[in-house]
Amino acid sequence: MTEILSAAVIVGILTSAIRLATPYLFASIGEAFAQTSGVLNLGVDGIMLMGAFSAFYVTLHTGNVWLGALAAMAVGLLMGLLMSLISVTFKAEQGISGIGLYMFGLGLSSLLFKVLVGTVYTISGFPVVKIPFLSQIPYIGQIFFQHSLPVYAAFLLVPLAWWLLDKTTWGLKIKSVGQNPAAADSLGVNVDRVRYFSVCLGAVLAGLAGASLSTALVNLFQENLTAGLGFIAVALVYFGGWRPLGILTGALLFSVVNAFQLWLQVLGVNIQSDVAVMLPYLLTIAVLAFSMNRVRQPAALNKPFERGEN
Amino acid sequence: MATAGQFTQLPRIRRIEMREIVKRFPGVLANSKVNFDINAGEVHALLGENGAGKSTLMRQLYGLYRPDEGQILIDGQAVEFHSPADAIRAGIGMIHQHFMLVPTLTVAQNVALGLKSSREPLLDLDRVSARISELSQAYGLKVDPSAYIWQLSVGEQQRVEIIKALYRGASVIILDEPTAVLTPQEVNDLFATLKRMVGEGHGLVFISHKLHEVMEISDRVTVLRDGQTIGVRRTKEVTRDELVKMMVGREVKPLSPQPAKVGAVRLEVKDLHAMGDRGTEMLRGVNLQVHAGEIVGVAGVSGNGQRELAECLTGLRKATHGQILINGEDMTHAPLLKRMAAGQAYIPEERMRDGAIREFSVQENLFLRDHSAPQYRRGVFLDFSRMAARTRQMVDEFNVKTPRLDTPLKNLSGGNIQKLILARELSRKPMVLIAAQPTRGVDIGATEYIHKRLLEQRAAGTAILLISEDLDEIRTLSDRIAVMYEGRITGIVERDQATVEQIGLMMAGISKEEALQHHSAAEHS
Ligand SMILES: Nc1ncnc2c1ncn2[C@@H]1O[C@H](COP(=O)(O)OP(=O)(O)OP(=O)(O)O)[C@@H](O)[C@H]1O
Ligand SMILES: [Mg+2]
Repeated sequence: MTEILSAAVIVGILTSAIRLATPYLFASIGEAFAQTSGVLNLGVDGIMLMGAFSAFYVTLHTGNVWLGALAAMAVGLLMGLLMSLISVTFKAEQGISGIGLYMFGLGLSSLLFKVLVGTVYTISGFPVVKIPFLSQIPYIGQIFFQHSLPVYAAFLLVPLAWWLLDKTTWGLKIKSVGQNPAAADSLGVNVDRVRYFSVCLGAVLAGLAGASLSTALVNLFQENLTAGLGFIAVALVYFGGWRPLGILTGALLFSVVNAFQLWLQVLGVNIQSDVAVMLPYLLTIAVLAFSMNRVRQPAALNKPFERGEN
Repeated sequence: MATAGQFTQLPRIRRIEMREIVKRFPGVLANSKVNFDINAGEVHALLGENGAGKSTLMRQLYGLYRPDEGQILIDGQAVEFHSPADAIRAGIGMIHQHFMLVPTLTVAQNVALGLKSSREPLLDLDRVSARISELSQAYGLKVDPSAYIWQLSVGEQQRVEIIKALYRGASVIILDEPTAVLTPQEVNDLFATLKRMVGEGHGLVFISHKLHEVMEISDRVTVLRDGQTIGVRRTKEVTRDELVKMMVGREVKPLSPQPAKVGAVRLEVKDLHAMGDRGTEMLRGVNLQVHAGEIVGVAGVSGNGQRELAECLTGLRKATHGQILINGEDMTHAPLLKRMAAGQAYIPEERMRDGAIREFSVQENLFLRDHSAPQYRRGVFLDFSRMAARTRQMVDEFNVKTPRLDTPLKNLSGGNIQKLILARELSRKPMVLIAAQPTRGVDIGATEYIHKRLLEQRAAGTAILLISEDLDEIRTLSDRIAVMYEGRITGIVERDQATVEQIGLMMAGISKEEALQHHSAAEHS
C-alpha cells in the first residue's frame, strides 16, 4: 500500500488529471460564454456527444484527426444555431430547450453510431507532442509537457477567454447583454446577435470538447460516451463564478479527484468502484452548495429579451 | 480648459420634426397624430398626465419603437430608425425614465459599451476615461470613470447617463423625467448642466410632472392628453394654471385641509434602531407618535433613514433595538400578516419591487392581499366573477386607466400603477397607513386625487405617516412635520410653524431652535 503515495503514483495522478481536465475546460469555458451573455445552455452534453461522434467518424474514415476536429466544430456550430434559434429568436424557456437539445444529441449520436459504425473501434487519435526542453524537467515535464495538442489547447483557452471577456469590446458586449440587455439595446448593441455569437461560440467549444474525448483521450466512440460530463461542465461554470480562472480551478479540482479514484481502482485499493466513481460528483455537489457565487451570476441569465418593456 | 464643442464630430441637427405620429398598443392608442418638433439651442418640454403617451413618443424618436403612421424629419430629410443604433448615428440621445446602466460594470465600461474602440478589438478604457473627465469638466458633470455603477447614488448615475449621450456626440437629447428621483440640490446641478448644453447648441426634450421645473428650464411646452397634441406654447407666454388646464382638462385647485380632529395614539415608535443595506446603522433612535385622524409628514434629504423607517414599520426590515406599537400593542417583530390584521396598510416607495407584480394582471394585483378572504372563495376555489366585479368597481372608483382588467400591470403607466396600489390599500379601511413617496412620478391630476384620498382617510380617523422628499407635498398634507436627519427625528413642527426654508435648514442638520431663529433674524433685517 505504500505505493499509493510514491512519487511515481503522484506524478501519474497529476498527469492524468491534466489530461482529464481537457473536455471539461473546453465545454465549461464555452458554456461560460453562453451564460455570460444570458443564455443557459443545458444541451452541452448533447453537443459534446455529437462532436465526439463526428470527430471519431471522420477520423476513422480519413485518418486525419484535424478533419475530425473540424467536423466536430461544424456540428457544434449547427447545434449552437439550433439552440440560439429556439431560445433567442423564439424566446423559449432556456432550461427546457437545453434539455431538448441534450436528448436530441444523445439520441442522434447513438443512432448514427449504430447505423454507420456498429461496433467499437479504436482509432489513432492526436499524438503526444513533447515540448522541447520543458518536457525534460523532472516530474514537471511529465505532468505538464507530454500531452497531445488538444490538451495544450484547452489550457491556452483559459487566458484567451479571460482576454476576450475582460479586454475586448466583444467581451464588454457579452457581459452587458447578460446583465442588462435593455441597457445594451438602448446603446445600439444588437442583443440577439451577441447572444447568437456567444451561444454558437460555446457550442463550437462543446463540439471540440467531444472531439478531445473521442480523438485525444480515449480514442474511440460508444453510445453515451460522455456519461453526463457536459452537465458537470455546466456546474463548473457556477463553481467558477463565470470567470475563466475560477473554471480552471474547478476543472482541475474535479479532474484530480477523478484521476485519484481511477488510480485507486488501477492499484486495486479495496473500495467499491461505484463509490470511487461517485467521489468527484459528490465533491461537485458539496462545493456548489457551499460556494456563494450567486452575486456574480449574470442578472439576465435565463431571461429572453424583448424590446420595449418599461 | 476643454470646451464642449470639440467633442461633437457628428453633423449638428438643426431641427427635428415628428409629424402625425400614430402608435398603437393592444387596446391602447398611445399616440394619435401627434406633432412635435425640436430646434437646436432650445429646451422643449413635453407635458401630460400619466399614460398620455410622452415616453412612447420619445421612444419612437430614439428608435425603440417604430411609428405605425407618420414621419420623422431631421433637417427636412425623412428618416426611419430601426433601432437605437440608427438614432444614435443620427445624433439623438436619450436619458430613460428608468436608468439603462449595467450595475456590475464601471462608469467607463458603461460609456464605452457598443462603441468602436481606437484599438479594436481591444478596449481603450484609459482613453474613454480621459474623455469622460474632459466632458465632466466641460459640462459640470462630476463622476469617477473607474467607479462601479452599483456604488453610485441616483444623481451620479444620471450624470453617467448624460455623459453617455454626450460621448456619442448626441446633438438632440431626450430627458424622460430626469428629476423624478433627484433631490432639490441635484435638480439645481442638473439644470446648470442643461443650460450649458443649450448654450452649446444642443436641443433638449424635457419631460417632467413638476410644473415649476418646466417653467424654469424650458423655452417651449407641448402638452399631450390621451395620446393627442393639445397645444404648443412659448413658456414665457403661458401660466402654470393654463398648462394644468391643458393637461388635465380642468382646473386643479390647491388643497386646503380642514383642521385635524385628533384622537388617540395609533402608531408609536420608541427609540428605534436598524441597520441599512450596506451594514451601517441607518436608524439611530427614532421616536414618533401618530394619532388617529392626523397626518404626520416625515421630511428629509433622501438617505437619512426614511426608507429604513418605512421598512421597519412594515416588517420588511428587522429592528435591532426599540419598539413599534400599533394601538398600544407591540408589533416590533410581528410578521406582516399580524400587522395587517391590526389594521396597517402600506403604500411602498419601490412600487414595482415591493407593491406589485409586473407580470400579473390588474385584477390579480388588486387581489394579492385579499385572495383568500371568505367572500371571494367558493370552497377551495376562487370566485372569479365576484372578483372581477369588485375589480371593476375599484378601477372605476380610483380612476385607473387600463384597457382591460386582465392587462398585465407592466403595460400600465407609472401613475396608474400607483393608483391601483392605493385602491388596494385604502379599500381595506386601514387604522394606520404608511405612505412612502405616494406621488413620485405621478401626474398633477393623479397627485391631487391621491392627496384628496389621503385627506379623506384622515377625516375617517386613520393615522397616516407620510414619508416624502417632496416638501410641497409634506407641507400641503401634514398636520405635523417630523424632520429626519442621519437616522433620527431631529425636530417636529406644526404645519404653519415653519417656512420651507426653515424646514430645509432642519433637513441639513440644523437644530429646530436655530432654524426657527433664522426665520426671525431674516424678518428683522
Ligand atoms: N410596451 C407597451 N405595451 C402595451 N402598452 C403600452 C406599452 N408601453 C406603453 N403602453 C401604454 O401606452 C400608453 C402611453 O404610455 P407612456 O408610457 O407613453 O405614458 P407616459 O406619458 O410616459 O406616462 P408616465 O408619465 O406615467 O411615464 C399607456 O396607456 C400605456 O399603458
Ligand atoms: Mg413615461
